Amino acid sequence: MSIKAENIEYVYSEGTPFRTIALDNINLKINEGEFLGIIGHTGSGKSTLIQLFNGLEKPTQGKIFINDELVGENKKNLKDIRKTVGLVFQYPEYQLFEETVYKDVAFGPLNLELSSQEIDERVKEALELVGFRYQDIKDKSPFDLSGGQKRRVAIAGVLAMRPKYLILDEPTAGLDPMGRNEILDQIKKLHKNSSMTVILVSHSMEDIARLVQRIIVLYKGKIHMHGTTKEIYSQAEELKRIGLGVPQVVEIMGELQKNGFEINKNILTVEEAKQEILKALRRN
Amino acid sequence: MANDIIKIENVSFKYSEDDNNLALKEVSLNIKEGEFVAILGHNGSGKSTLAKLVNSLLLPTEGKIYVKEMDTSDDEKLWEIRQSAGMVFQNPDNQLVATIVEEDVAFGPENQGVDPKEIRQRVDESLKAVGMYEYRKRPPHLLSGGQKQRIAIAGILALNSECIILDEPTAMLDPSGRKEVMDTIKLLNKQGKTILLITHYMDEAVEADRVVIMDNGQIKMQGTPKEVFRNVTEIKRYGLDVPQVTELSQALALEGINVSGDIIRIKELVNELCQLKLKI
Repeated sequence: MSIKAENIEYVYSEGTPFRTIALDNINLKINEGEFLGIIGHTGSGKSTLIQLFNGLEKPTQGKIFINDELVGENKKNLKDIRKTVGLVFQYPEYQLFEETVYKDVAFGPLNLELSSQEIDERVKEALELVGFRYQDIKDKSPFDLSGGQKRRVAIAGVLAMRPKYLILDEPTAGLDPMGRNEILDQIKKLHKNSSMTVILVSHSMEDIARLVQRIIVLYKGKIHMHGTTKEIYSQAEELKRIGLGVPQVVEIMGELQKNGFEINKNILTVEEAKQEILKALRRN
Repeated sequence: MANDIIKIENVSFKYSEDDNNLALKEVSLNIKEGEFVAILGHNGSGKSTLAKLVNSLLLPTEGKIYVKEMDTSDDEKLWEIRQSAGMVFQNPDNQLVATIVEEDVAFGPENQGVDPKEIRQRVDESLKAVGMYEYRKRPPHLLSGGQKQRIAIAGILALNSECIILDEPTAMLDPSGRKEVMDTIKLLNKQGKTILLITHYMDEAVEADRVVIMDNGQIKMQGTPKEVFRNVTEIKRYGLDVPQVTELSQALALEGINVSGDIIRIKELVNELCQLKLKI
């Protein structure tokens, strides 16, 4: 079970002076159960790539396979693919529209023509997965909730479809630190407690550092780097060159090393950095 | 002594008559000419409301706000107030109006009936100030988010505003876009513009002269970035973060390492640790 992209090319505005190659020769495989991060600056092709994964866009060249099924072969297959691959767009709270949280989350399953009992179950499960107490939240208007809560309701709407793969496009953009933590903790739990494959698209280097196991860096429509989180973050200079940054702790460790400290640069959290600095000072 | 360009005196605000919750409660804050003030607070803490009040988009329920001695509730001064204190919003796509960059920047002064020759000059100067002069003939929708925000800032400069209010201008931008916008803000501040920056990013607030922390419609803390960020526990209680370098410094101090508790920049920590290493 996997998502596979083979020799993908995607061209915007073909045949006009604005012709742009958004994706160029992309090959990748995302395995079931994985927690993958896709990073890149604005315009690097991230959002285009994930829209190919659930058949919203068709590649100009190349093939996408979801669980060995070729995307876009026929219409029926597209419907199944959208159930298998759940996509949470940027600012998903703008897509809330129902009177109550329950109705909003139930909208997807309702279209699957499930029994009302099954729908109840799914709505309850989805809301609990994003950290709500079902009884407390189900009858509220989505528009009375805070920004972070609205976003969690929107994510629950996608989860109610029980996707095997969950793709989140910039899930923390515009949230304050508390809202950010709320969402990230829930996503982390979701990945841990269910067998779901999670793909996190972001340019927040801090968010990515906290969560994912493997990173793909897109730059000018190509896969520019890929590796484990620590491998990628140890290349701070290169990340900066292509318009990305590194979390402050990574930068601190790099500076200390330049100043003659014997330390391991593969550090992602404040706690790890503290231990490493203590070791280095005590070694002297 | 610089004069206060913005005076907020005991301002309370609620969004509707029958609303029992005050979005702002007796807030007082003065901002000096040329000062760079960052306002932090979680969503719903009242910081955007405050910005809209200064720009006269909202009027205080109680209290007074003065921009260059003009009362923001004085209808006749409305345009002059908005010209003095221009505002940049979060979403770069919602505030550009024209199909060509230079026309967008000219939009403000054109509406004020400024002489065309003067407009030309102001547009060119403003675009140069934000480093976007070479893009003057481009359509804005083909620019990056950071570039669009710089165009929005140029639009305010073209009005000769003394004060720029920015409401989370980098929330939708990638790291390089954020850096572009922050570099522009810092440069304009150096050239004398008063900056009021509302943000969720602690590393941006560190660049300000003064940081104001809002919670529940009130100002809870204010001071230089060093004075404010050293209170790690309190800041976290307001749903905010401190820069990682401050957190790391304090964690090291707790382990008995002799570093200062008010470090806010990487260079400071690295220097202090290098000193320590030499002594050992």
